[in-house]
Amino acid sequence: MNYFELFNIPVSFDVDLSVLPQTYQQLQRLTHPDKFASGSEQEKLLAIQKNAQVNDAYSILKSPLSRAEYLLSLRGIDLKHEQQTIKDTAFLMQQMEWREELAEIAERTDPLDVLSSLEDEINQSIKSDLTKLRNFLESDHEMAEQNAANIIRQLKFSYKMLSEIELKEDVLSDF
Amino acid sequence: MAYSEKVIDHYENPRNVGGFDKNDPSIATGMVGAPACGDVMKLQLKIDKNGIIEDAKFKTYGCGSAIASSSLVTEWVKGKSIDEASTISNMDIAEELALPPVKIHCSILAEDAIKAAVADYKSRQVEV
Repeated sequence: MNYFELFNIPVSFDVDLSVLPQTYQQLQRLTHPDKFASGSEQEKLLAIQKNAQVNDAYSILKSPLSRAEYLLSLRGIDLKHEQQTIKDTAFLMQQMEWREELAEIAERTDPLDVLSSLEDEINQSIKSDLTKLRNFLESDHEMAEQNAANIIRQLKFSYKMLSEIELKEDVLSDF
Repeated sequence: MAYSEKVIDHYENPRNVGGFDKNDPSIATGMVGAPACGDVMKLQLKIDKNGIIEDAKFKTYGCGSAIASSSLVTEWVKGKSIDEASTISNMDIAEELALPPVKIHCSILAEDAIKAAVADYKSRQVEV
């Protein structure tokens, strides 16, 4: 049973995020190890395993990036363990520029404003990548899966950048 | 996870950080990124007319192992021909820095940065 089936939803990039948390809580309750406190050792063990699976499924399904990566893994494309590098110069230059801007942000007179416009810019880029990703995942073109994989690889850099911005925001807000 | 002493040394005192003018014909630029961790690395080589690497600089946004790997290769490539530099493998880097298996991709990044810079240099030579 894959994670989509576990949550009783179609195997698709589109997920109803208003329903997902409710299903999660429901499955959490059903599989909570406390419920099986008086059960046999085997029942307890099964409950622990099932409960862990529910948690994994929820964390994978709720984020579009991990959901897309998981969808591709169901189609036999494993991105999680790949070690290959990417060499798309134009893309990497942009990533480099963003990181340079972030590294020098403390020297700006209005660092929090600059930070928030940088954050907007990256969110815009992520949003447009997610739209492309969705189209590739829905398409049955022969190159669609490889194109989806490339977008996922690129999105990992943008999400990493976003988390660095959040860290910086915390640091700057302490002043 | 504990970093080796060599990683810490390169991380705290990185060698050859910075960059050259990428439009200078004697400068080769290699840009690479590792999707596994979102690290980005730029390696620039200053190459003389005999194809010997005179100088190298890097800029890496990433973890300690990625920074140490790129710092190390800037030291290693100096004085080498571009063909010699291309033979540096990620295993050499990983071994020198005692990188744990989960950080092997950092050494792959550094190896690929050298190869990307050399490819950039060769593509420019064809154009001239």
